[in-house]
Amino acid sequence: MMINNPEIKELVGAVVKFAGDSGDGMQLSGTLFSEAAAKAGNDIATFPDYPAEIRAPINTIAGVSGFQVHVSSNRIYTPGDNCDFLVAMNPASLKINLKWAKPGCAIIIDFDTFDKKALEKAGYDSNPLENGSLADFKVIKAAISTQTCNVFMDLDIESKLAERSRNMFTLGIVLYVFNMQMESTIEYLKSKFSKNVASLSANTLALKGGYSYASTLSDLQTRVNILPAKLVKGKYRTITGNTATAWGLLAASERSGRQIFLGSYPITPATDIMVELAKYKSLGAIVFQAEDEIAGICSAIGASYAGSLAITTTSGPGLSLKSEAIGLAVMTELPLVIIDVQRAGPSTGMPTKSEQADLYQALFGRNGECPVVVLASSSPADCFYAAYKAAKIAMEHMTPVILLSDGYIANGSQLFKIPAVADLAEIKPLLAEANDPDFKPFHRDPITLVRKWALPGTEGLRHRVGGLEKENNIGNVTTDPQNHQLMVDLREAKVQKVADFTDPVKLIGRPEGDLLVVSWGGTMGAMKTSVEAVQNDNKKVSLAHFENIMPLPRNTADVFKNFRKILVCELNSGQFVNYLRMTHPEYHYQQFNKVQGLPFMISELISKYNQILEQK
Amino acid sequence: MNVQNKFTNLTIERSSVPLSKEDFVSDQMVRWCPGCGSHAILNSVAQVFPKIGYKKENFMIVSGIGCSSRFPYYVNTYGFHGIHGRASAIATGVKIANPRLSVWIATGDGDSMAIGGNHFIHIVRRNVDVNLLLFNNQIYGLTKGQFSPTSPIGTITKTSPQGTIEHSFNPGELVIGSQGTFFARVIDTNQKMMTEVMFEAARHDGTSVIEILQNCVIFADKAYANITSKDLRDDHQLHLEHGKPMIFGKDKNKGIRLNGTQLEVISIGREGVMSDDILVHDQYQIDRGIHLMLAQMTPPDFPVALGVIRSAPFSTFDDQIEDQIKVAKSNGKYHTVDEVLNSGDVFVID
Repeated sequence: MMINNPEIKELVGAVVKFAGDSGDGMQLSGTLFSEAAAKAGNDIATFPDYPAEIRAPINTIAGVSGFQVHVSSNRIYTPGDNCDFLVAMNPASLKINLKWAKPGCAIIIDFDTFDKKALEKAGYDSNPLENGSLADFKVIKAAISTQTCNVFMDLDIESKLAERSRNMFTLGIVLYVFNMQMESTIEYLKSKFSKNVASLSANTLALKGGYSYASTLSDLQTRVNILPAKLVKGKYRTITGNTATAWGLLAASERSGRQIFLGSYPITPATDIMVELAKYKSLGAIVFQAEDEIAGICSAIGASYAGSLAITTTSGPGLSLKSEAIGLAVMTELPLVIIDVQRAGPSTGMPTKSEQADLYQALFGRNGECPVVVLASSSPADCFYAAYKAAKIAMEHMTPVILLSDGYIANGSQLFKIPAVADLAEIKPLLAEANDPDFKPFHRDPITLVRKWALPGTEGLRHRVGGLEKENNIGNVTTDPQNHQLMVDLREAKVQKVADFTDPVKLIGRPEGDLLVVSWGGTMGAMKTSVEAVQNDNKKVSLAHFENIMPLPRNTADVFKNFRKILVCELNSGQFVNYLRMTHPEYHYQQFNKVQGLPFMISELISKYNQILEQK
Repeated sequence: MNVQNKFTNLTIERSSVPLSKEDFVSDQMVRWCPGCGSHAILNSVAQVFPKIGYKKENFMIVSGIGCSSRFPYYVNTYGFHGIHGRASAIATGVKIANPRLSVWIATGDGDSMAIGGNHFIHIVRRNVDVNLLLFNNQIYGLTKGQFSPTSPIGTITKTSPQGTIEHSFNPGELVIGSQGTFFARVIDTNQKMMTEVMFEAARHDGTSVIEILQNCVIFADKAYANITSKDLRDDHQLHLEHGKPMIFGKDKNKGIRLNGTQLEVISIGREGVMSDDILVHDQYQIDRGIHLMLAQMTPPDFPVALGVIRSAPFSTFDDQIEDQIKVAKSNGKYHTVDEVLNSGDVFVID
């Protein structure tokens, strides 16, 4: 074999997309590539793009599963828009992903799979490798399938096992292209297959085989080198949003001394929070898989009454089912964390696609005057802090808190600087003391308006709560008109007062200017990247990204008043902007919306900013 | 079996002083209709709680919505008046979060057989250690008289002016079909039996369902007349007692016998039938066959079985959760959140 010795080119960053059939193991190749890059000191952000079907028919468009990795020597906040490198394991994955490839994108193709039948299944009339349709790209044809089998030719390894190692062979090629080491991947394989020697040796051989095969690829003209990013000193790991959410809750449980009770029903894309928490029984975390969404939240409400850090996790359709019970938690003034990992709706919608369209539901989706605290997570790593904050507010303010995450950040991953639990803010729930002669179930702290948490089993505190309106202070059932008005006002004021204890909204950029871009939740990465890009272009643009939605930060109006124009960007038809029009009607808001189940592209945001800046 | 005569549940702390009915009297006005069967249930609970003997702070009553579900306000314990149908789900959370509470559910045939049917079968299936008082009056009372899932077929109500055209649930069948470990049936007017059965329920580890045939004087008065009326009750009621033959009738001359795979009513002394042929009740039997047949018996061919029909020993959901946590705490990999955060692939930038 000829060794090709391609030149090595230095790049600031690159977006790599691994795409293949659902069974091809592209999620793993992508994840391990991002781990190797992180180990090499790069900043990374990833996003899996997988179909709802577990195994759609082989070689069809419906079965394509992708995993995008952004690696950089700068700090990055998104998995990137379009890709610089595309790995296509079959014709269908090429066909569906070509629209995300930048001009000049290097496409590594397993051309063994480009037979007549597979091309037909993907809906190709002619072979794109032969008809010139890929002229704008650098196509790197690799015989991945046959070469993977060749690795095992003289070895006593089942052909099935060899076939399944194609993803490791491919990863070997990509690691070679990116001039990265194989060590971290080999370490991973060793721990994963510690009890399966055959799989370990097959995967390791395939990885090494791919790496050395890549050096013979005549289509490979250049290799890439990405220098380490300048990161703040410390310990790091990669983390997905759902894992970070689960860990934030664990940390809140440890800091508050309140045992976790999670009552949930599996639903995409929230299930992984539950799966993650179920691993930590040794920390006392109780995970109750309920018979439905309603039982999930109701069991959590029961556990909350009994003194647990009570949580329920769900997605939009599940939040709909939980509405009545959220009202019960509001009425009984019990702490409860409700996590909605949003997906494209309405109804079943597009379960694996992301959206921010549950905001109205979180704010308003209940009967009666029914205020709850609404927070949003900004990024995969921020999910940790957002979940911690949600638990802290719920327990210290005796209120349900809805935390909005979304499928994009929940499944995406990025670098996470590991905090020490002792450095996190204290959590001090206000517990009623045994035999307190003055105990009344709805007696309130004069500053926070919070009632005390009185746990069953405690001497001298027997009392009843429930969904019926209660007399303030005393807690007896009553339909007295003035009392109802008072309780409605108190419940609202209690939630509004949370803003006295939470952070102001942070401004990225100068405190005044031509355009204030406003956003919330999981779009933070794209917003920050796009605003910083126009700032570097000397435009007077700043970003206010909201994590506290209800109540809004106290400084909201102060931030808004110093800009000529305000543009609110969100992945729905304008829910946050209308909420701002309601709460801060004195400002004029323009809006930029997208409801396609896709994240914002940085390029489309930048052109929107420029368009608005040019308007008189 | 020796489980009969002691409390096996040692996790709930007992009162150091003797308690009385007064310890559980609430200061709230009881607002059920005069003559409603719920008053008798309330009275039985107030009698049995001191007898059970747990510290009064360790009792917790959870309810859903409906006439029955006002119950927590009328007993001075910790209490939670939930939302329609969800008492079982709320109680599951309470019990798992704190197994050292004696958790009681007050619910009705609408609350638990209709809107909360799903939660009902699942709490039973899991065998969460709670006691569920099912006030079955075969009608929706609080919404003023619509049929319920336990109204017999043909029942005429405001929403079924020509009579209902749907089969009714038999709660006992539902419990046993859902792998239930405890099912008892009582009549609201038999306070002695009700109190005994509640005591048995408290002693049972697992979900104890007590179906109370409760008379709604306003919307379904005399719904149980064919069981409770003076002239019929002796022939239409079978009072079960563990270890005793199933004998009933005015002259105590009728019994239940197993004939092949079916139960039958026999008259003792007639056609050579001996009292040895009569089935002896074993409430602790694991096999569900006879318990199910007993729960299914209805007049006029059979008497209605009353008392504890089934009380089979099985481990409870909440005990098993505690056990799993105990095992995880001693064998588990992580004991602090810092260990979790620093697990797996961690690297240092300096």
